[in-house]
This record gives sequence, C-alpha cells and structure tokens, in this order.
Amino acid sequence: MTASKKLGVAILGTGNIGTDLLIKILRSPHLECRLFAGRNLGSPGMMKASQLGVAVSARGIDAVLEAAGEVSLVFDATSAMDHLKHAPRLEKKGIVAVDLTPAKVGRMCVPAVNLNDCLGLPNVNMVTCGGQAAIPLAFAIQKANPKVRYIETVSSIASRSAGPATRLNLDEYLGTTEAGLGLFSSCPDTKAIINLNPAQPCVHMQTTLLARVEDPDLDATRARVAEMVALIRGYVPGYQLILEPMLENGRLATMVRVDGLGDYLPKYAGNLDIINCAAIAYAEAVANRRGN
Amino acid sequence: MAEKLAITVCDATLRDGSHAYSHQITLDQIRAYAAAAEGAGFDYLEVGHGNGLGASSLQVGLSKETEGEMLKAARGCLKKTRLSVHVMPGYATIQREIVGAIEAGVDLFRVGAHCTEADVTQRHIGHVRAAGKEAWGILMMTHMVEAEVLLEEAKKMQSYGAQGIVLMDSAGASLPDQVRAKVGLLAERLDVPVGYHAHENLGLGVANALAALDAGARILDGSSRGFGAGAGNVKLELVAAVLHRLGYPSGVDLYKALDASELAAKLFAGSLPESSPVSIISGLAGVFSGFAKPVNRVSKQLGIDPRDLFIELGRRKVVGGQEDLILEAAQELARKKSPATQERP
Repeated sequence: MTASKKLGVAILGTGNIGTDLLIKILRSPHLECRLFAGRNLGSPGMMKASQLGVAVSARGIDAVLEAAGEVSLVFDATSAMDHLKHAPRLEKKGIVAVDLTPAKVGRMCVPAVNLNDCLGLPNVNMVTCGGQAAIPLAFAIQKANPKVRYIETVSSIASRSAGPATRLNLDEYLGTTEAGLGLFSSCPDTKAIINLNPAQPCVHMQTTLLARVEDPDLDATRARVAEMVALIRGYVPGYQLILEPMLENGRLATMVRVDGLGDYLPKYAGNLDIINCAAIAYAEAVANRRGN
Repeated sequence: MAEKLAITVCDATLRDGSHAYSHQITLDQIRAYAAAAEGAGFDYLEVGHGNGLGASSLQVGLSKETEGEMLKAARGCLKKTRLSVHVMPGYATIQREIVGAIEAGVDLFRVGAHCTEADVTQRHIGHVRAAGKEAWGILMMTHMVEAEVLLEEAKKMQSYGAQGIVLMDSAGASLPDQVRAKVGLLAERLDVPVGYHAHENLGLGVANALAALDAGARILDGSSRGFGAGAGNVKLELVAAVLHRLGYPSGVDLYKALDASELAAKLFAGSLPESSPVSIISGLAGVFSGFAKPVNRVSKQLGIDPRDLFIELGRRKVVGGQEDLILEAAQELARKKSPATQERP
C-alpha cells in the first residue's frame, strides 16, 4: 500500500497554524500525520483533528518524542520560546524539526530560493508568513539589480487571521522577517512592517516589497519577479502578483496578494497558507529524498 | 456649578506635523519650537516621525533626522514640559526603538493601535511601565467603530498599565455627537483620564475638542497652526483660547501659546495644512489623514483624481500604516480609466 510508504509526521501546536497544516497534510501524497499534539484536548483544533480520525495527545512534546519510531519529522507550531526547548530534544531523537515559530534555531528555509540547501538538516526555520511572501521577491530584485541599497517589506493581514500568539509576538515577527530579508538578499539594511486590518469582509493577505536601488533595471526586475512568482505558485497556488514592479518617488515597489486555500480559516488567511504551504513543500522534499 | 478639573494639553506639532512636512523637520526647527512649547506651558510635547518610533521607511517616508537626534534636540529644550513619543507596534519594537527612547529621556510613550487591535500594545505598554516611564494607550481611526467597542479596547490597554487613553480622529471624519458619545462612555467607565485628538478635515476640530471636554475628556491634543496630517490637527492656539474662555484650569500661558503658533507659522511656512477639496473628501471617505501627500503624489504620476483614490481607499477600509495600498489602488483606478495606455506606467 502506498499509505505505509508515506513519511510519518507529527504536528505540535493545535492553534490556527497547526490545524490548517493538518488539513493540508491529509491531502499530501507523501506525508502522513500520525500525531497531533498540544496541551488541551478541548481546543477547536484538537476537536477538528479527532473528527478527522487523527491520533491526538494533550502531552505535547513528550508525546512526539515517544512516537520517535513512527514519526520522522515534526512541524512545530507552538511559540518561539517553546521551540527553543523542543529543538535539542527533537534533534537527540533524530526527528527533523520544521519550525514555524520565529525561534530561528535552524537554517531559514524559503522553498523557492533554497529548498535543496536545507534538505538533510536536523532543524529548519520557516521564517514568518511575511518572510515567505517577501523574501523571494527580494531575492529576484537582487538578481536583477546589483546595487540594492535597502529593502523593506510591509504586510497587511486580516485581524481575524492573527491569533493571540501572533499578536503578542509582533516584535519577534519583525525581527525574524528582517533577518530573513537580509540573509537572502545579501542586503544589510532591511526593515519589516506589519499591519493588522479588521475590515469586514476580511482583507486578503498582501505583501509589498519596497527597495532603494541604484541604476534599477525595471525590465530585468519584472522578468525575474515573474519567474519567481511562477515558481512560488507551484507550492502556494494563491500567490499572485498584483502590482508589477514599478518606480515611484525613488522607490522600486512591487506587491503580491496571497489567497488562502480556505482549509481551516477562510480564504482571506493567506498568511497561514503561505507559511504552511512552504513547510509542506519542504517536508515533501524530505519525503522524496528518503524515497517515501 | 462644580469646579472644573484641570486639562492636560498635549502638543503634537513636531510629530503629527511631520506628515505635513514629508518627515523633513530639522533639528534647528525642533529646538526652536520646543523652546516655545516649553514657554507656553504645554504639558507634553510629542516629537518624531509622523507614524512614531521606527516609522521612518519607504512605506511612510524617510525622516530627515534620526530618531535619537530628534529626541536629543527636543530633550535639551524641555524642563517642565514633558517629552512624549508615538509608538505603533508593527512599526516600533521594544528592543530596536523603545529601549533607546527611554535612554534618550522620553517621559511618556503613547502606544497606539488601530481602534480594534489594542492587544498588540500589551508588551510595549508593559515594558514602558516596568522601566518606570509613563505609558498611555492610543486608539486610532476611532470613527470606524461604536463607543462600546472602544470601551472594550481601552479597558484592555488600561489592564496592560496604560495611565491615560486618547481617542484619535485620525481621519478627521467624526461629528461632535459621536465624539460626545464615545468620550462620555470611556470617561464614565475607565479609571484613567481620557483624551481626544481632533483633525480638521471637516472643519470640526474645535467643535469636536469641545464635545470631548463636555463629555469628560481630561486630555486634549492639538498642533500649533494645526501643523499635522491632511487638513491638519485642531489648532492648539484655539484649544488654549477655548480652555481660557471656559475657565478650565491648565498650565497653558495663553499669550505664549499664541506666540508658539506664530513661531510654527514662521518655521513651517509654505507647508501649513489647509482645507482643500482632497482633504474634505478624505474626511468624508474616512481615510487616515497621513495619506494625503502620497495620495496626491501618486495620483499625479498616474493621472487620476486624488478624490477618486481617497474614496476607493475608504471603500477598502484601509487603516493607518497601510500606505502601500495607495499604489495598488491607484494602479487599479488608472487601469480602469484607460486600459490601453496604463500597462506600463
């Protein structure tokens, strides 16, 4: 049976991110979720998982570690503080950690840019939702323009899609997004901004990339960005360019919108989708490499 | 008649005015104006980028001077008047900006959020209070929700440690009855003083400030000559005059407040805000006043009517900080207007 050949994975953290991941993994031809672990069996995510017939546990990381034989990879959707504690314990057990918190323990992974460099590592960090949307654009801009002096990204997300941990950790979100932008674009001067918008109906996630570029080559930028968008759409179907790169007031600007797949939260929550789709793209590549 | 309570007067000239000056306020201007604000006896003087700490950016506009230099320049001129800054989580972070501002001698951190998003201010207010500084909670774009919602959000900020709550009419869209209802409910139900920050898009700055006072506001914001975003703030010299006429006690010296307004007119000549067709439509559309300059600039580049752009942004319910959407909304309007020619603006 093909099912038994799938890579066994676990999800740690049963909030918006973890539950959305679960629904996506149930569709994957390469991954099988063998454990959904958190702290509270009564949480909406836990109840959803039980309904879907997935094994659940309220014993969090301990349950994951005990499942080491069954589970080769875990998606950690808890919090940065928790992941710092989880990371060494998972590594000791040989479980690959895909970190969806801003803990920055492992190498930052943006599949459209460096998927292959991350395979075989014990721990990868999925940066942030805004990072997954903006970093590939920054990378494309830098490929088309040798003199990028400054890069900034602004993301707007629907208030309803930002859970309590996200709201409490805006500073960490900004710091991790900025670090990711700097790492992948080789531009030392970066800035991230985030806006929560409560409008009803909910706004879809939008990410803008703004850059200061000396001697910008707009045609080359547009070509590189178009290629990159096509690449990302391979694993994030709702990723779309809504403002072609343009020059305005000394700024190079381009903008994308991310529609979600509507798996756990409605389609406006493209921010959940993009980081989860990226995490799954990575895990599926790990599965393929291991012949699952 | 009961004795009137003292009113705390906050001068936003060197912060909200940053929007009107494309964030190019110089250190000399800061020093000159700060000395005048001190002389006028305003309780607080706010300094910095229009969107507050950490907001110098391609998104909103780069400041001419660094935050540290601006705060230092103002600090050196203030004794009795306390130094305040605007803080928006999502722009400003504790480590990158707030820590430095505390070291620079800022007395009051006015930690703001969109009027339904107060929970993002929890850690920032907490940090400021733990460092022994004063923190207030600022609710922005308050025309967008009802009084009960504002009360819930203000209570959250109060529970995080905010020592005052200011309602901002960031879009200049509010009417006096709405102000009275909102300030009145908060003044009645909160333990901390409530303030109001009025804008002039609909020419109701003084009327709204007065409505807030009537309803129990203890804090009023204003700017000399209205130097602020969009059609400007309520004029601080008029706030001083009205407080004087109504007999509210405050630390303000009326003549010196008037002198400060004359100085602002001289320092910022050519950039003083005024009512215009675009600022009126911006108020009616309920869009953040700080969008005025970029909306005008982008509309010119793409050949569209800035009023249409404000109405489109209002339809999308954009909030303060979402300046990037101006470009996209403008592009869409331009495309609709002339599909053949606008592919490569």
